[in-house]
Amino acid sequence: MNFEFTEEQLMIKQAARDYAERELIQDVLERDAKAEFPTKHIKNLAELGFMGMMVDPKYDGSGMDTVSYVLAMEELSKIDSSTSVIISVNNSLVCYGLQKFGTEEQKEKYLKPLARGDHIGAFLLSEPEAGSDAMHQHTKAEDKGDHYLLNGTKNWITSGNSASTYIVMAQTYPDKGYRGINAFIVERNSPGITLGPHEDKMGMRSSDTHSVMFSDVKVPKENKIGEDGFGYKFAMKALEAGRIGIASQALGIASGAFDRALAYSKERKAFGTEIANHQAIAFKLADMAVKIENARNLCLKAAWLKDHNKPFAFESAMAKLYASDIAMEVTTEAVQIHGGYGYVKEYHVERLMREAKLTQIYEGTSEVQKIVISRSLLRE
Amino acid sequence: MKILVLISNVPDTTTKIRFVDNNKAFDTSGVQWIINPWDELALTRAVELKEAGGVETITVANVGESITEPTLRKALAVGADDAIRIDTKPKDAYFVASQLAEIAKNFDVIMVGIEASDYNGSAVGGMLAELLDFNSVSAVSGMNIENGQLTLTREIDGGQQKISVKTPVVTIVQKGIAIDPRIPAMRGIMMARKKPLKVVPAVEAGEKTSYVNFELPPPKAACKMVEEDNVKELVRLLQEEAKAL
Repeated sequence: MNFEFTEEQLMIKQAARDYAERELIQDVLERDAKAEFPTKHIKNLAELGFMGMMVDPKYDGSGMDTVSYVLAMEELSKIDSSTSVIISVNNSLVCYGLQKFGTEEQKEKYLKPLARGDHIGAFLLSEPEAGSDAMHQHTKAEDKGDHYLLNGTKNWITSGNSASTYIVMAQTYPDKGYRGINAFIVERNSPGITLGPHEDKMGMRSSDTHSVMFSDVKVPKENKIGEDGFGYKFAMKALEAGRIGIASQALGIASGAFDRALAYSKERKAFGTEIANHQAIAFKLADMAVKIENARNLCLKAAWLKDHNKPFAFESAMAKLYASDIAMEVTTEAVQIHGGYGYVKEYHVERLMREAKLTQIYEGTSEVQKIVISRSLLRE
Repeated sequence: MKILVLISNVPDTTTKIRFVDNNKAFDTSGVQWIINPWDELALTRAVELKEAGGVETITVANVGESITEPTLRKALAVGADDAIRIDTKPKDAYFVASQLAEIAKNFDVIMVGIEASDYNGSAVGGMLAELLDFNSVSAVSGMNIENGQLTLTREIDGGQQKISVKTPVVTIVQKGIAIDPRIPAMRGIMMARKKPLKVVPAVEAGEKTSYVNFELPPPKAACKMVEEDNVKELVRLLQEEAKAL
């Protein structure tokens, strides 16, 4: 066992913290209020290497490990989860999937600009009637000989409008069930793609979420990822990795709220002393700290397993389930500790609480994580 | 043009300050070390100038034991080409300047932060220039290189002064030299370990000072609240207690 971080990992954590505390904090409230995409920040973070953190440098990525990714996601999410979810989807769903399963040509053409952050990626799995039930894809990809023809609707797509590169899961052989699903790289500006309105979300308001409609969209044959019928497995593999990103995001939301609650409790006085001196508050802080440390260890363990090419699906599901649940608990307590101030936007904790809620829902709800975990337990 | 940026290894600015050894030494246990903020701004400007094409190499140097190497590698990650660590405990400003003089003589421009955020000595830059018999310019808040000519901006009473100087020169830089310290990109972080970090032995040098003891500032007095309609009391407090009027 070794709980020490390397010098490089600590430098990346510090770089993420510096950027978040110096830059993201400046306009996070305004972007949240206006539901405005963080264009400038994504460009800056791309220049620093955050958009393709774990992509091999030969495909223009930063070549970092997943442990560094967890550290960076936590730091960015302490301040701004709207920005960190764009980074998470790009890194651990889109870039990871393409690097692991794409062809050389696909990597050259699509992975490189995504890893540099010149393009943003989106992952299109959910549908109006297939969110958690990813096996039943209604979007069709008809084999037309030299191309596929896409028809259908995808829902809740992070970076739906800002992305240039979509990874789309669609059914090619309905009679084969989930074994008939394929995954495709689809260019956002392909004819036949239309977007639904920007979803007016409760939190993560600065990331743009849309539904995406496909109407006779032609996709070249060479844009299919993997063998015929690999799409469902591809999506599940990508989500295994994606969970580490969202778990770390939830961890960051919790630790960001905790930092603010701790600082506030040492300043705010009631009944003649700082509220931290009241056991009712001190015990809350102790409970919050233990939960955060547990979540952090789960995230880091899943990341470590992935970095050492060991199976990590079980651990990443546990990390995602636990970190998102405690993010909700910790942010709620942080609001409580702030009292009335916690309920106004200026103090950030109400926003963190709104953001925490989504981590229990997207990239596999808490209930889906329990399916993954329990199935794994019962199989043994 | 070859630039040398001097890097002090200082405690993070949020460090809780404690003393040991009968208040004669700073307690370094659990301290997180960073690049002195003024040196970090100097390095940022040096990197900007190199990117603009006016600088051949940037070297960073520090007088310190191996504990300072992560700080030097961060400087390499930010954009320095190589680093030199003079392997000894930094004692006082004269001792540090004497060590640096040995390596600084080979550079055209030496950039040193106006002070280090730990002991706030503000002495090394001037001493170094004197030891090397180099020109020195203090209170530098801007630096440009055009056609190989160095132009500096200085903060003076009521305005700014622009001067051109001949190299070699020691520039003592302050706030304004760069807007924000540069955050290292991941490519820089990965390259840092591959860049040369040379460890050189210390030279014989004396000290001019020794620490007698340190004292922490008195704790902040409690805040006094005055009723909003009691201006008279407020004025009395400001006059008699705070002696601000």
